[in-house]
Amino acid sequence: MSSAESLSMAGRNHGGPSLAALLRVELLLALRKRADIANPLLFFVTVLALLPLGVGPEPDLLARLAPGMIWVMALLATLLSQESLFRSDFEDGSLEQQALSSQPLYFAVLIKAAVHWLVTGLPLALLSPMLGLMLNLPAAGYFCLLVSLLLGTASMSLIGAVGAALTVALRRPGLLLALIVMPLYVPVLIFGTGAVQAAIDGYVFGPQLAILAALLAAAAALAPLAAAGAIRISLDN
Amino acid sequence: MAWQWFHRLGSPRWFYQKTGAWLPWLALASVILLTVGSVWGLGFAPQDAKQGNSYRIIYIHVPASFLALAGYYIMAISGAIGLIWKMKLSFAVMRAAAPIGAVLTVIALFTGAVWGKPTWGTYWVWDARITSMLILLFLYIGVIALARAFSREQVADKACALLALVGTVNIPIIYKSVDWWFTLHQPATIKLTQSSSIDPSMFYPLLTMIIGFYCMYAWSLIAHTRTLVLQREWRTQWVQQELSGMETQGKGGK
Repeated sequence: MSSAESLSMAGRNHGGPSLAALLRVELLLALRKRADIANPLLFFVTVLALLPLGVGPEPDLLARLAPGMIWVMALLATLLSQESLFRSDFEDGSLEQQALSSQPLYFAVLIKAAVHWLVTGLPLALLSPMLGLMLNLPAAGYFCLLVSLLLGTASMSLIGAVGAALTVALRRPGLLLALIVMPLYVPVLIFGTGAVQAAIDGYVFGPQLAILAALLAAAAALAPLAAAGAIRISLDN
Repeated sequence: MAWQWFHRLGSPRWFYQKTGAWLPWLALASVILLTVGSVWGLGFAPQDAKQGNSYRIIYIHVPASFLALAGYYIMAISGAIGLIWKMKLSFAVMRAAAPIGAVLTVIALFTGAVWGKPTWGTYWVWDARITSMLILLFLYIGVIALARAFSREQVADKACALLALVGTVNIPIIYKSVDWWFTLHQPATIKLTQSSSIDPSMFYPLLTMIIGFYCMYAWSLIAHTRTLVLQREWRTQWVQQELSGMETQGKGGK
């Protein structure tokens, strides 16, 4: 079922879909695609399992690499899953319907990014302590790793939505999407790994987390705006 | 009437015919300024007390870095003008600015690496400025790659303009975060010898080079934009006339 059909079912009684209905529909659609939820997580775990095979199993070395590697892999997993963010809605025309509807496209994008985070970023963050354990992450880093990933993956879902919207009309956007979105992820990555490293070294990590939260606030305000504009451009194609 | 020039600028034909006369002057100015600046800077400016002669690459490195960053803003602003006022010409300027800016960024990175070898003992350091320049290069490459991906020019224009604007919002954040990252990771062995004051005998040739680079940038941007305008408008009558005029001139010359 496409979002448009489900939307009309969910919203018929209220004379138009409310945001809550849109959220419910998007979540339902996302949860039905089990493979799309599992794949980023499996990618995350598999690539991180390759790391010790590549650099060797010395616990000290792995402990030094752990925060950065977990963050970079979470970034890649988010990025790779983002390609399909608007894909099916674009192909069956429901994206066009949403662009035409009286509901602002801004909120539709915000909700899609939020759902993307719920099914990708949230599980990635929840899984990260286990991977920290496997990579011998020092004990002081776990809490900060979890919180920084919760905040950071949400920002990345929002920023990536802009790239996904820009490339949705292209046939094979995968690598191009990575090319245009990755430089925009840099601040999130820097403050995310910085926070975890500070926590491990025994410094305060509150400021870095606060900056991550500020980046998330800015991304939540601005990224859907840019993504909505990008969707309108892509629909022109 | 105050807006008349602005509306005129929107016409590719007006731009093409007007700027043709500027090109030789800009080319002349940049050749003179760059020759004077480099001979002055490389030959006559005094040696640096700490770095000897190796500092002289500053005369290419600094102007290129200036324009690499300024070029991104020129690209983004012309993209924004195109999005807001639906001006065909400003999209052409934006598309022309992308490869020029990318090349300048590469020059800045390359001269930085060449300078780094005698000064720091290594070609590449993850220094805050170098890293920011590298990310700037990625931003440029993103815009160029996105432009190539679309088959329809109009859609490519708008998509690139949007991406350039998103990049503009991010550039200050990226610069600040890379700065912060660098101060956290700063390796002890490397010291940036950035003197806050530069002697006038070194500064004037640098200034000449910077102005020369600006002239060269303006020249290449206008020349590239003109080519794009011709490519995009080749169906129109005025382009046909221009081109046939060029042909007869060429034949007359022979």
